[in-house]
Amino acid sequence: MENLINIFIKSIFIDNMIFAYFLGMCSYLAVSKKYKTAAGLGMAVIFVLGITVPLNWLAYNFLLKEGALTWISADFATVDLEVLKFIVFIAIVAAFVQLTEMVVEKFSPALYNSLGIFLPLIAVNCSILGGALFLPTRDYEFAEAVTFALGSGIGWFLAVVSLAAIREKMAYADVPKPLRGLGITFIIVGLMAFGFMSFGGFELPFKTTEQQQAEQEKSSAKVENKSAESVVNSVANYSE
Amino acid sequence: MSTETIEKANDQIAEVKKPSEPLFSKKRRQLLSNPLDEDNPITIQVLGICSALAVTVALKPTFVMAVAVTAVLVLANVVISALRNTIPNRIRIIVQLVVVASLVAIVDQVLKAYSYDIWKELSVFIGLIITNCIVMGRLEAFALGNKPWDAFLDGLGNSFGYAWIILAIAFFRELFGSGKLFGFQVMPDGYIGNGVMMSPAGACLLLGVLIWIVRSRSGYVED
Repeated sequence: MENLINIFIKSIFIDNMIFAYFLGMCSYLAVSKKYKTAAGLGMAVIFVLGITVPLNWLAYNFLLKEGALTWISADFATVDLEVLKFIVFIAIVAAFVQLTEMVVEKFSPALYNSLGIFLPLIAVNCSILGGALFLPTRDYEFAEAVTFALGSGIGWFLAVVSLAAIREKMAYADVPKPLRGLGITFIIVGLMAFGFMSFGGFELPFKTTEQQQAEQEKSSAKVENKSAESVVNSVANYSE
Repeated sequence: MSTETIEKANDQIAEVKKPSEPLFSKKRRQLLSNPLDEDNPITIQVLGICSALAVTVALKPTFVMAVAVTAVLVLANVVISALRNTIPNRIRIIVQLVVVASLVAIVDQVLKAYSYDIWKELSVFIGLIITNCIVMGRLEAFALGNKPWDAFLDGLGNSFGYAWIILAIAFFRELFGSGKLFGFQVMPDGYIGNGVMMSPAGACLLLGVLIWIVRSRSGYVED
């Protein structure tokens, strides 16, 4: 549970999809002109990320990973389908988005009007596929993957809504002509990213087991650490 | 009856004899040159920003990224353009995604085999070429309605337009951020790297300024 809270906070503020990884920039810049549309797209991103990342986690852990197919038969222990991860992930995302669009259109026209028009945009939003592609590198449990997905979605929502609010205010500013639109938006995003970088200095509410171990090791074996450091330094010098 | 068939045959001959467009006509040269400046995918069309900012910490990975995007964009453009009359309109997005995803999987495997370090450094951003808006945008806007050779030139032009912008950003970021170019020290020894340039925020500011310069040269103004 403590671990989940850590991941949640980390994925909203510290590893923010926009300000740390620049994922989903295209739609981020394109729809942040008005606060209302930005909020609509942000909600859609939370929803789609929150569902496709767990789906992709299942696909990765029960189909693609090396030895993932052992639940069918023990003979498949050495099968590694990771090459196919791009096609599988994007197919799941595209199919899910298409499906949701059709379901929402059929059963809830009001929701469709507020959210549905953004759904096709989301199929090619980098943050959705990016969230899925982080899974193999991070080795999450299922619950962790869900938390990570929701946190990333909320982080994206926060980023897009705050940028839209600033851009609405910017309408009254006298910006140099060639800088208008995209140019000034990038500078705003840069300044906002500085703001979000300060979250990196926060200590997470709960220490992870790794950190606890690291601290114990530090206190017990400072001498060893020093020798390790000197080895690292010499390696770095050598490679230079 | 017989005269009709003869006329038809004549028509067909006339059609065949109609001179085809030269391989590098003016229109086709513009397909190559426009995306470099006045129709640039990054500074004017605002596409493919994610990777433009994320991979540009140093020149080496940026160069690899530019080559990867060029390969995927050109091949995808040609493939989709060759298939354009057989793709049903309703499922075209999925077809495009599958074509692009297969090409990206190939590029990913090639990079993993031949330059493992850079492959590790680029990590998810190789996979994210699939959702790079430049690729989808060109497929939607150009390849679906044009012949393969035109699509080839368009793909080449757009990927060069993308490449020079990200290389320019990477040049400044690596030069001021770590005092190196392509990994070689160029700044004097005592130079202390500028941390802002290495951070994501610095990349945003730099791209903003670059867009300012490009747009004030080309005279493009957004509403």
